[in-house]
Amino acid sequence: MNLRNHESTLTMTPAAVHTDNVHRHYPMGHTTVRAVDGVSIDVRAGEFLALLGPSGSGKSSLLNLVAGLDRPTSGSVIVHGNNLAALSREQLAKYRLRTVGMVFQSFNLITSMSLLENVELPLRFAEVARSERSVLARQVLERVGLSARLAHRPSELSGGEQQRASLARALINQPKLLLADEPTGNLDSRTGTEIMQLMQSFNQSLGMTIVMVTHEQALAEKYAGRMIHLADGRLDADVANNAATHTAVPHRAASGDAQ
Amino acid sequence: MKLYDVTDLALHNLRESIFRNSLTTLGISVGVASLVAMLSLGIGLQQLASRRLERSGLFDTVVATSRRDLRNFRGPRDEGPPSAESPALDEPARQSISRLPGVVEAYPDIRFITELRFQDKAHLTMVAGIPFSAGNNNDAFEAMQGTFFSSQSAHEAILQKSFAEELQGMKRKTPGDAANGKNDDDTNIADLARPLLGQELILHYAERTPSAGATSAATSGYSVVSRRQSLKIVGVTDIDPDSMRGSARARVFLPLLLAQDLHIVSSDQRDISTTTPTYTSLSVRVANPNQVLAVEDAIKKMGFNAFSLVDANRSLRQFFAVLDGFLAIFGSLALAVASIGIVNTLVMAILERRREIGIMKALGASDADIRGLFFAEAGAMGLAGGAFGVMLGWVIGRLINFGTNIYLTRQHFPPAQVWSLPLWLVLSALAFSLVVSLLSGLYPASRAARLDPVQALRYE
Repeated sequence: MNLRNHESTLTMTPAAVHTDNVHRHYPMGHTTVRAVDGVSIDVRAGEFLALLGPSGSGKSSLLNLVAGLDRPTSGSVIVHGNNLAALSREQLAKYRLRTVGMVFQSFNLITSMSLLENVELPLRFAEVARSERSVLARQVLERVGLSARLAHRPSELSGGEQQRASLARALINQPKLLLADEPTGNLDSRTGTEIMQLMQSFNQSLGMTIVMVTHEQALAEKYAGRMIHLADGRLDADVANNAATHTAVPHRAASGDAQ
Repeated sequence: MKLYDVTDLALHNLRESIFRNSLTTLGISVGVASLVAMLSLGIGLQQLASRRLERSGLFDTVVATSRRDLRNFRGPRDEGPPSAESPALDEPARQSISRLPGVVEAYPDIRFITELRFQDKAHLTMVAGIPFSAGNNNDAFEAMQGTFFSSQSAHEAILQKSFAEELQGMKRKTPGDAANGKNDDDTNIADLARPLLGQELILHYAERTPSAGATSAATSGYSVVSRRQSLKIVGVTDIDPDSMRGSARARVFLPLLLAQDLHIVSSDQRDISTTTPTYTSLSVRVANPNQVLAVEDAIKKMGFNAFSLVDANRSLRQFFAVLDGFLAIFGSLALAVASIGIVNTLVMAILERRREIGIMKALGASDADIRGLFFAEAGAMGLAGGAFGVMLGWVIGRLINFGTNIYLTRQHFPPAQVWSLPLWLVLSALAFSLVVSLLSGLYPASRAARLDPVQALRYE
């Protein structure tokens, strides 16, 4: 990849994701957990961003806010021009359906359904005709190398195959943004690499913006275009400065917007 | 999500927990079956009672009389001409009344007290003419021993049970007998009829004939000639076909045409100055009991008195409406219990499928999609339970009917349909089951729809 060219392209493109001083606090007993505590970041369209940090650093909470699964306590999350905090529950559901594809650490396939049915599921919510659904699901499963496993249930597949199916399901509605929460967390290193390569190929061939939560620095360095480190719900400025040296992509938010 | 997909996913989910969902559905079935069995029994009894009453001639018959006989007893609400100008209740009037809309037939009430001889022994009783159509529309003649009249003017007689007993020398029942536990049912009607059927009964009567010098029908008087008519006993009926006549009820019945042809002098002969026959009263049979009031009004407008027992029928319907209401409430109790089962099953399903709901939401399912899914599951269980319940109710109803008929047969009663499952009850039971299930699904569905996706995804 020509990093210099890629860098200039990203600099020109508007932010796909923009968070502005976003907070997410949970009450827990008599205390308040500040899962996300004033994070401001920009993710450019087509960028592959890795959110790094130890457990409890707030990476998944931030990802949930960007996914529209959760609402910020304060601050704003703007994805492709949509201020998620201002959307109704119905609009948020539409946003999750049309704009976002999600991949989880534990795959989150529905165990009672076959792979084909699992991948077709978002198309049902999008009210795509049955015949068209089947064609699209088969195409995307073929793309992740699972065309021979259409009728299998998740329990009959390996972890890697399940995660590939999960990727296929995330891609079926052709989202602009792919959010992955520890996608390799339950996989061995070889299978994890396969998944990362698949994600990288989607990023490069489809121009899909990817935000990936991981705690595996090596994987992030190898596949992500940029890394942001979180600690205690905030951007970790020290690591961010170091991370800048590992990635060629400039990242205004990581260097300057930490609270 | 499209309705097809909601249904498809709901059925898929129901299949996944087939045992538990089948038990819940069975609970609904028992509830619906109880409701259907109760109501079908209520409806069956109502239909049986109504049929008996309607076919007794009490509720589909209007009795018309001439106002000339009651000129001082006109009610303030009576319509039509004054009594003095009221038309005669004669053959042209009968024909006019029989042409009124809704009227099936109008026939004269011919009844007279006379002497009947059986095996040289005289018996005095009331005799009445019965129209030939009564053979098909009066229960009294359907379940009787023997046969109905062979023709419209056959020389045949049908006896009421009490008269048959009298002919055989049995003591007539008195109110005291009933108080002592003796009643009509002690005598088997078949045993009673056997020696009488085919026997001869001699009717002694006074025939009215035009006087020997009468030049026209409108003048002069008539002569009375003593006659006798041989009759063959063809039937003995247990039920009293003439019950609405009270103390004037007849105990021997002749074909109406025969009774007319006998030209019997009756004690209330209207006009001795004419030989044109006038009738004491006409029985006007109406096609549908609902038309009784309209026909009654039309007859009154023609200048006759008319009365019917339609009000009594209305009270009967009111009674059955209340009975049905109570039966429905008792039947619904089982369905109410079943609905708690639905709530329980669906709430359990939410707990079990919490993560699945979270996944669906993460993939873009709206609250309405999740709500619709749980509603569809509740609805599918309700419909399946309703359909199975209707079948179960049908079987229970048939069993009740079967058992009742065994009992009736042992008690020497004719079999009866005490149970009825009309189409409207089937459809209503299905709809009711569906509505109850959907209402039961209301809380679980809204609870599932409100689930926080982040919390749901964390659920193990």
